Amino acid sequence: MQTETHTVLSVQGLSKTIGQREIVKNVSFEVKAGEIFGFLGPNGAGKTTTIRMLVGLTRPTKGIIRIGGYDLSKQFLQAIRQVGCIVENPELYPYLTGRENLQLFARMTEDIPPARIEEVVRLVELQNRIDDPVKTYSLGMRQRLGIAQALLGKPQLLILDEPTNGLDPAGIRELRSFIRHLSREEGISVFISSHILHEVQLMCDRVAIISQGEIVKTGRVDQLVGSHAKVEWMVEPHHAGVEKLRGLPYITQLEVLNNGRVLVHMPMEKIAETNQALVAEQIQVSGIRPYQQTLEDIFLEMTGGNSIA
Amino acid sequence: MHNLVYNEMLKLVRKKRILVITLILLILIPIFTYAQYHTTQNAIKQLGTSDWRAILQQQIIDQQNRLASSRVPEEWKESIKLNIQQQQYYLDNNINPTAPGAPTFIREFVEEAVSLFLPLLVVILAADIVSSEHSGGTIKLLLTRPVRRWKVLLSKYLALLLSVSFMVVLTAVIGYLVSGMIFGYKGWTLPVLTGFQVQGEHLITDHVHLIPQWKYILMAYGLAWFSCLAVGTVSFMVSVLVRSTASSMGIMLAAVISGSLLGQLAPNWNALKYLAFTNLRLTDYLEGEPILVEGMNLPFSLTVLTVWSITSLIVAFGVFTRRDVLA
Repeated sequence: MQTETHTVLSVQGLSKTIGQREIVKNVSFEVKAGEIFGFLGPNGAGKTTTIRMLVGLTRPTKGIIRIGGYDLSKQFLQAIRQVGCIVENPELYPYLTGRENLQLFARMTEDIPPARIEEVVRLVELQNRIDDPVKTYSLGMRQRLGIAQALLGKPQLLILDEPTNGLDPAGIRELRSFIRHLSREEGISVFISSHILHEVQLMCDRVAIISQGEIVKTGRVDQLVGSHAKVEWMVEPHHAGVEKLRGLPYITQLEVLNNGRVLVHMPMEKIAETNQALVAEQIQVSGIRPYQQTLEDIFLEMTGGNSIA
Repeated sequence: MHNLVYNEMLKLVRKKRILVITLILLILIPIFTYAQYHTTQNAIKQLGTSDWRAILQQQIIDQQNRLASSRVPEEWKESIKLNIQQQQYYLDNNINPTAPGAPTFIREFVEEAVSLFLPLLVVILAADIVSSEHSGGTIKLLLTRPVRRWKVLLSKYLALLLSVSFMVVLTAVIGYLVSGMIFGYKGWTLPVLTGFQVQGEHLITDHVHLIPQWKYILMAYGLAWFSCLAVGTVSFMVSVLVRSTASSMGIMLAAVISGSLLGQLAPNWNALKYLAFTNLRLTDYLEGEPILVEGMNLPFSLTVLTVWSITSLIVAFGVFTRRDVLA
């Protein structure tokens, strides 16, 4: 499906000032057709404010948002027609049933046949509960109904704000494969905000990292998070082990901890090779512990040690 | 557009707002009916006789005597003649004026309800019509549809107008059906006096005439409907401005109640007449109740309510279409 690579969402020089505070500063990025784009940043970095501007809930102070080629501020109806979104929690009318909610939103968009409602209900697998009131739904079901609602108008672009918030691990896994399905099979571009690096790593093709309202980096996920991980080694004798590790060319940072532990920055795929090198020198390795790199680590790396918040 | 209005009506119905209004009317109207019944029973006791025909006959004779007297000023005579005509009608048609039928009950009910009871019901309908979308977070779904914001708001306003109109009709219907069980369902053609005018401190009776009660009821409910729409429109604005349902309801209740209190507490404070909620008693002008505040008459009150409504709409639409949705 990924034959076309035209831009579905283009954001240029987006800024938002509320009162005296500049919450979003000169943010620019592009989302291509069929791509899953992660928008990563800690809480309070300006993710939700950016998303609110993308869907027309908030007016940008500066900057241009184009969706499917339409300028959001000048051609709102055409632009927003391309978008399905959930901003923050999936809040639907609790006193209506799932189906009534979908019908209600379908009536607000032209050309949504009743069959499309059945289709999205099947897609999110809510057939059994669709005629129950939404107030009886679990959070996971609400999330799915929210997605069904977003998909009603066959959007080119799906915007999801922290979609895994409050879901249990099974629900998260399910959502992940569902989103991948939408992007791969239906060719929908997906824009996902998150504050969890791991999540973005598993789901997204490309990612923009935002901190204090500014984009610090944009790129492919593997390039960003990449190769460099933290690995903790437990070696004996300690001193010889540290010397050996320090001598290896691919080790970028080394930190000596107590109890014979050493923390190094190195590519994950070199772990086996390093282990052999140590053993060959008669250094006993009693433990190897690779650490999942955290968002915080990336921030520290990129901002040169300044704290996130 | 009709799709959007349908959506809003669906929300009002499913939020059980219409049901609440109906229940309130179903509970309170029987109580008012009983109160009215109680009063008439008392009156009969005090008169010492239940032969209302004799009393009426006596009253007519008294008034005819006054007409013959030369000391009575000419302008009074007109009104006395009308009174006689009215009482003669009661006698001829075998109507006991102190034991009214259902039409009389709903007429008197709307005259009393227009300043406080009906506005409170309107507030129940209107106060959360926009603010509930904010407090429920559904505003974010509503405004990310390919629909202009002003259309979303207009559909809500039209739904409100429809349900307020429905409420006024419902009040009349429930009032008629319930009170009729005790008072009987007759009396639509009963003559009623109207056409009073106030000039300075004088009640001008030049234009006073008798009209059948059904006509009077239509006019009274029409005016009450206008009052209710004005209250609804102002609540609508408050509901746009305030994001929490509780505070928007609180603000409107306080405004309506103080409007009705202030009019009675400080009738010589002239500036009060420019407030929306001191002008709600439109039916008083039909009835010829003395108006306490100087310079208030039907066209004046209608103008004040219209100006308030239009201003509210301008503010509501201006704010709603421009505001950033943050929460």
